[in-house]
Amino acid sequence: MDGVTTTAASRARIAGSSRLEARTRRFLGRVLLGFSVVVILSPAVFVLFWMLSLAFKNELDNTAYPPVFIPTAPTLANFQTVFKNSPFFQYTINSVIVSGSATIIAILAGVPAGYGIAKAKATGLAVLVMIARMTPGLSFLLPLFMLFRFIGINGSLLSLVITHMVITLPVVVWVMIGFYEDIHPELEEAALIDGCNVWQAFLKVAMPLSKPGIAVSGILAFIFSWNNFLFGAVLAGKATRTLPVAVYNSLTFEQISWGPLAASALIVTLPALLLTIFFQRHIVTGLAAGGIKGG
Amino acid sequence: MKGGRPRVMGGKAYARRSKYVMFIVPATIITIAVILFPWVFTLWMSLNDWTIGSSQIFVGLDNFTKLATDQRFLSSIPRTMYYTVLAVVLPVIFGTLAAVVFNQHFPLRGLLRGIFIMPMMATPVAIALVWTMMFHPQLGVLNYMLSLVGIPEQMWVYSQDTVIPALVMVEIWNWTPLIMVIMLGGLAVLPIEPYESAVIDGANPWNIFWHITFPLVLPFLMVAVILRTIDALKAFDTIFVITQGGPGTASETINILLYLQAFAYYKIGSASAMVVVFFVIIVLLSLVMLYVRQKTLWTE
Repeated sequence: MDGVTTTAASRARIAGSSRLEARTRRFLGRVLLGFSVVVILSPAVFVLFWMLSLAFKNELDNTAYPPVFIPTAPTLANFQTVFKNSPFFQYTINSVIVSGSATIIAILAGVPAGYGIAKAKATGLAVLVMIARMTPGLSFLLPLFMLFRFIGINGSLLSLVITHMVITLPVVVWVMIGFYEDIHPELEEAALIDGCNVWQAFLKVAMPLSKPGIAVSGILAFIFSWNNFLFGAVLAGKATRTLPVAVYNSLTFEQISWGPLAASALIVTLPALLLTIFFQRHIVTGLAAGGIKGG
Repeated sequence: MKGGRPRVMGGKAYARRSKYVMFIVPATIITIAVILFPWVFTLWMSLNDWTIGSSQIFVGLDNFTKLATDQRFLSSIPRTMYYTVLAVVLPVIFGTLAAVVFNQHFPLRGLLRGIFIMPMMATPVAIALVWTMMFHPQLGVLNYMLSLVGIPEQMWVYSQDTVIPALVMVEIWNWTPLIMVIMLGGLAVLPIEPYESAVIDGANPWNIFWHITFPLVLPFLMVAVILRTIDALKAFDTIFVITQGGPGTASETINILLYLQAFAYYKIGSASAMVVVFFVIIVLLSLVMLYVRQKTLWTE
């Protein structure tokens, strides 16, 4: 009864309001939405803009007060300083080797594992990987550090690749479990009935279907490995530093010159930012899947 | 007893499962090597008096009893909790609001969403460096912007009183996007039917939110809170790069102290004991929250 009367009342209200009023309301709604978008985006845009600004300003602009926002004379000098003062190119290659290898191994081992876990409901391994996601990096680093000391590979790129598996493998496994649970089983079952064994069904049917998932998990694993600072900070030697470690070291040694610092920060984070923009749709899907499954 | 399990499981199901064993073997080996072995070895180290450079002595639970009276360790616990509460509540609120906005349709939404998630994909060390420069009391851009609206200069990370809120600002900046992504997933799967019938029944927007939207997104909210809590507890990069636990020990969280014990003082034994305690805290908190999440699912 109550519902009927309210419906009638609201219908009368809608009919009573003029079309102009509705249009104004829609316009105001759009203005409010636009305003909210600007507000929630501004912190991200501002900090990233400030990094760009510091990296392209000369030292005079960087130490000016009030601060200079748009460089008066944009310069690449800061980037030249970075590459001249330290073997930054070598560090870049180190980072590519470490994150690249850790990601490739994680895909080779983690994609079949995600499939196996989803098919056989092997939750034990899945839970273990989830606990690994929860534990602090130091709980892996300390014992591995002692082990590497014992077998004498401390400071090598190999030791870095091994520890970075702690980051990359859980990402790949979690994202892939999500993808394989969502794939309809009929196709593989048809393949199995046609005489394929489980490996053929996986390689010829399930894997091609999950290519987007593999790409997402690979990108996410690569970025998280690329960004990791802690493992390199402890394990890397002078010649095997990864980029985040190199940037941190330049902070302690060149505390005053902001330009080169910002330039090195930009170089380190640029690949991650570009990957994010290019693959934003897939990354959002992967993060949502990994995050939700991760809980 | 032996051989009972396959029979209980049913011969066919067991055979079906065993076909997939080979798929998980490589990942299992890696997991044992880089995840399980370290945990077991940490337990062993925590039972020894062990400093790098000298030989180890088995001391049983000595490291743990010492921790119970270690003032530096004990004072790092409430500090970590303070940091964690701020670093969970604020990003969850902001991230949820952002998800509501990104759930609307507007031009360039994809690109703008990509820009919005950039902070969480950016390299933390690089970002921490930029914030360090922004926090500078004399030349930093933050104090300049405050001065534009008439707020006096702040000391940010250079004062014991404001260092943790200032570090939390960076944490909020970094991790609000992850909450947004999770909550956006929650909003995207909201069914339309209950809304239609609620509108027909003449429910007001507040009632619709409180009785329909909130219960439906609550599981997602819980996931966001759990993930955020775990990540905030073990926050490292930002704090280490910006303050290294200072000024004094004002921002020395458990994780930072742990690092210093292990890799500045090389006290492997007591650092391992700390890892074990820290691990237990994190797992217990996660279990409590998973339990709460389960509850919220049942009451639906």
